[in-house]
Amino acid sequence: MTTQPVAEPTHPEESGGPGPALVFDELSMVFPDGTHALDNVSFSVDRGEFVTVVGPSGCGKSTLLRIASGLEQHADGGCVVDRDSIGYVFQDATLFPWRTVRKNVELIAELHGESSAAMASRVDESLELVNLDEHQDKYPRQLSGGMRMRASLARSLVLQPNVFLFDEPFGALDEISRERLNDELLSLFKAKNFAGLFITHSIAEAVFLSTRVLVMSARPGRIVADYEVPFEYPRSHDLRYEPAFAELSGKISHDLRGAHP
Amino acid sequence: MTALDDPAHSAEAIAAASTAETPTAPSKSAGITRFVGPLAVFGLFIAFWYFVHHVLMSEPKKPLVPVPHRVVQESILTWNIERGTAGSRTGGGLLKLLEGLWSSLQVAALGLGIAIALGFLLATLMSQATWVQNSVWPFLIALQAMPILAFVPLIGTVIGFNFRARVMVCVIIAIFPIVANTLFGLLSVDKGYHELMSLNGASRWTRLMKLQYPAAMPSIFTGLQISAGLSVVGAVVGDFFFRQGEPGLGRLINLYQASTEYEQMYGAVIMSAVLGILVFVMFGWLGNRVVGNWHEKRTG
Repeated sequence: MTTQPVAEPTHPEESGGPGPALVFDELSMVFPDGTHALDNVSFSVDRGEFVTVVGPSGCGKSTLLRIASGLEQHADGGCVVDRDSIGYVFQDATLFPWRTVRKNVELIAELHGESSAAMASRVDESLELVNLDEHQDKYPRQLSGGMRMRASLARSLVLQPNVFLFDEPFGALDEISRERLNDELLSLFKAKNFAGLFITHSIAEAVFLSTRVLVMSARPGRIVADYEVPFEYPRSHDLRYEPAFAELSGKISHDLRGAHP
Repeated sequence: MTALDDPAHSAEAIAAASTAETPTAPSKSAGITRFVGPLAVFGLFIAFWYFVHHVLMSEPKKPLVPVPHRVVQESILTWNIERGTAGSRTGGGLLKLLEGLWSSLQVAALGLGIAIALGFLLATLMSQATWVQNSVWPFLIALQAMPILAFVPLIGTVIGFNFRARVMVCVIIAIFPIVANTLFGLLSVDKGYHELMSLNGASRWTRLMKLQYPAAMPSIFTGLQISAGLSVVGAVVGDFFFRQGEPGLGRLINLYQASTEYEQMYGAVIMSAVLGILVFVMFGWLGNRVVGNWHEKRTG
């Protein structure tokens, strides 16, 4: 029970001070049923860093996010993050079907007791950032999978969090939608300069998005490889077809195969 | 179940992706067959009715099954037959039926109202704690399983053979689908939505108001629709046993049977059916108004 949220100002502009936004310090995790999920995981994510964790299914990648966000509370060891400034993007868009896109984007601000007048401009901005301003009065069932995911992103953006946690958000999308959303996510990342922690099964996605890629072993999850991704931002769509990109992807793929039981 | 769910889900996702801008609209050819089918079945039913009267019934029994056009003519198309005139012991005509309808409607509406309020409250409490749910559920099942007729003498003796007893029968009959459907709706919200609420520090109350009630609406309206129909059954059945006060449709059916005015009796039966269908359609319409624009599975 050493998971300690630190008191930090919630406004991103003022919290650019020293110290990483998200720290895992010798974190281990055993579920109450005895499943050993994580073993001595240590790394940190600064603002302006985008760290992706890849690993075999069930290795505990998602558990990392659940611990950071406070959804999982049985961790042993440290996780330091400002819980009031986290954006969490789920595997599913989890949009409320009875709310329009705009009303969905307003939801989180609403839950934090913001008045609708105060949030109006930030809701506008979020919708514009994900290119959904023209579709804001539609219901989720009228949207494609990619648009739903963008609405989900916009919802997390409204509170302007310092830390973004992504739990395989694009896993259910087709290849083209996924690449387009990767591009959009990168421009969001550059615009907002948050600390990103991303979970995925796709090596190409990991390399394309990240400043750093971590490879996790099968359960209990340990960090077995750690790559700095050297490519400059903004990254163009064609980066995916360059030799250096393929080389790095190959190395990660090799490590990932070694990580399987 | 899950094996079947998955492909359906992904197929839906693909369909949603390819027709991003247009929500699926029902095909136009469905418009005509929607009316032709039911009309044909209705025609068959009426034909069978004539067949029973003309062919199956022996001459002395024919008055027991009067032909449809006579029923409509004597009961629904005749405004008022005063009691004692034209050989009628009870009186008849549409006025009488409407008075019965009004009386039954009051019983059904009040009974349904109480059942909704009580059922909603009960389901909400049950959704908040497993121990409440486990404590109450067996008795709801018992209430549902016990034959209502067995309670008739008890209800009559304790609260009288009157309006209140009829309302009580309605409540007992109508409450179960409301509790069951509301509870099911409140509890079947996906885990992901609950986690979203947890992440943002939502209280139990906020969770209930912003997530669970709205999510449960389609299911709640399904329950309401069933219960509304049952409340009419309760009102008519209650009439058979609790006869004091204004006669409702059930009481009229009774009286007409006793006085062998079968055209009038059939009219009262038709009126009960109309009331039941009306209530059912009304709640269906209401449900569509409330959740139709976001819930995909509701059809008119």
